[in-house]
Amino acid sequence: MSTKTKKGTGGTLSVLWQGITRSPSGFTGMCIVVAILAFVFLGRFLVDHDNPTDPDALWLPMSGEHWLGTNFEGKDTFTKLVLGGAEPIWVGALAAAITVVVAVILGALAGYLRGRFDDIVLQATDITMTIPFITVLIIVASYFRNISPLMVALIIGLLTWPFLTRSIRAQVLTLKEREFIEAAKLQNLGTTRVVFVDILPNMAGYIFINFIIAVTNAIYAIVGLYLLGLLPSTAENWGLMIQQAWQNSAYLLPRALPFLLAPLAMIALFQVGLVLVTRSLEQALNPRLRER
Amino acid sequence: MPEQTESAPLLELSKCEQIFRTKRGDVRAVAGVDLEVRPGKVLCLVGESGCGKTTTARAAAGLTRPTAGWVRYKGEDVNTMDSASRQAFREAVQYIHQDPYASLNPVRTVYSTVTAGLRRHKLVKTRTEARAKAAELLELVDLTPAESYLDKYPHQLSGGQRQRVAIARALAMGPQVLIADESTSMLDVSIRVSLLNTLGRLRDDLDVGFLFITHDLAVAKYFAWDGEIAVMYLGEIVEQGPTPQIINDPQHPYTKALISAVCEPDPRLAREKKTVRLRSSEIPSLTALPSGCTFHPRCPLFEPGLCDASAPPLSLINGDARRLACHVVARDHGPARAGAN
Repeated sequence: MSTKTKKGTGGTLSVLWQGITRSPSGFTGMCIVVAILAFVFLGRFLVDHDNPTDPDALWLPMSGEHWLGTNFEGKDTFTKLVLGGAEPIWVGALAAAITVVVAVILGALAGYLRGRFDDIVLQATDITMTIPFITVLIIVASYFRNISPLMVALIIGLLTWPFLTRSIRAQVLTLKEREFIEAAKLQNLGTTRVVFVDILPNMAGYIFINFIIAVTNAIYAIVGLYLLGLLPSTAENWGLMIQQAWQNSAYLLPRALPFLLAPLAMIALFQVGLVLVTRSLEQALNPRLRER
Repeated sequence: MPEQTESAPLLELSKCEQIFRTKRGDVRAVAGVDLEVRPGKVLCLVGESGCGKTTTARAAAGLTRPTAGWVRYKGEDVNTMDSASRQAFREAVQYIHQDPYASLNPVRTVYSTVTAGLRRHKLVKTRTEARAKAAELLELVDLTPAESYLDKYPHQLSGGQRQRVAIARALAMGPQVLIADESTSMLDVSIRVSLLNTLGRLRDDLDVGFLFITHDLAVAKYFAWDGEIAVMYLGEIVEQGPTPQIINDPQHPYTKALISAVCEPDPRLAREKKTVRLRSSEIPSLTALPSGCTFHPRCPLFEPGLCDASAPPLSLINGDARRLACHVVARDHGPARAGAN
């Protein structure tokens, strides 16, 4: 115990590490997430990017040469699986980052400062909340035909922040009346410090969990757009694999199933990993739960 | 000690008034209070719940702006001072909250809580220096060995330890005035005394002035024996004077009632003790204050036509340091002895 508390003083990172390793399910989740990230972002340096179309090798079953068989164009499924993960993951992370950063800054300041700033932020959230982002995405995607993944991330990020903004604002409204915030004000610590150093860490767990939920939502959104065939079919993307598998009726052919199931499994596994990680993050970021 | 009473007040409230506007009418929480806190002295504010003690303390700490009157620190109005003076005021006047479970940030360690102000205002240069300073402060409030407390979180501490951390935080800025708002009322009796002794050391050794708020006259008597007591009732001070005089020879009927309500552990003395009977135990609403002296509906000395006609001024009686706001007592005792003045 004493060695653990010693380590705890080392810094935020070691504290986080302890929290994550304490809960078995959270640790499993983190292993899954790290494994998938490695598979996707390190794997792309190990596979041959040149994955030629081969009319003689359509729908080959799993073999030593083609670990997951080949697809309807004779391309290696495993290679496509490795290459197709980067886009949904970074688009999801970017969209979530935009949502969370905007929500945290606007929500915290609106709740803390009140007044005109609060009024403006509330108006903006009301207006933005009424825009259904899936519909907007579909309209924009079908109108422009080939919008970039960056655009997708921006649209998702800029249309989903109001929900989190509202709940962060509500929490700041109660937290700022607490006596320890008054004590911080009495020491003239300054608005930015009080908001971002004294108030926000009290909801760090909540914010992290929302970040991860935002990641999963954004991944589903971009995969969904591919599935609907609304994004360019030239990219490497798990969503596109599912759509092509579906369109080519891969589900009717047992040896073609890996092309459909592999990307589905990756997406599902990644989401499960993220959800499990939130549990230990909660533990890592709340000093009360950290003890156990 | 007697010379010090002549030193200039550090913190001064004059005609301080706080009116809260509510839907059911204006609530006059504090009505024209004059108080002075001097270095190394204790000014104790007593009164029942809801009489405006905390509101007064918050105005004194600059947390709220009084609707009328002034709060002055070293002669300068706290609410109009420039940012440099305000910084000096913030450092010099610190506030200790009532509830140590609410006044410490649950996600920050003791070290981080205690040194936040020091680090922010660049009063310490390095982490080593900050830790040394934090350890020093914790030792000052009897949290020893200090090293073992630095990395603890509030939930790992007991109520008494938390309150000591809160005091250490207040002391970090090197305050000249401490405003303690019922700071010991949440603690066990045994811890309360040791904490009062700690605060007493600060008062005597560091010459810190105290505005000490309590509803417990025993605590007031223990801690403010060399200082003054001001008794508040419905936002007004009804009696103010040196502690021994107020405790041993209360004059205002309200003070008498308060003192007679203190429990006497010795049953023989308790039986002999005269209890002051109030005509009513109901506290009037702040939105509908009684006319004249606000205490008259409950006062045993009530005289119709005198007490409900005009509000009694807070004036010196007996030619001593005591001030009192009561028509009847002033008439019966005041003029006779005022001749000696």
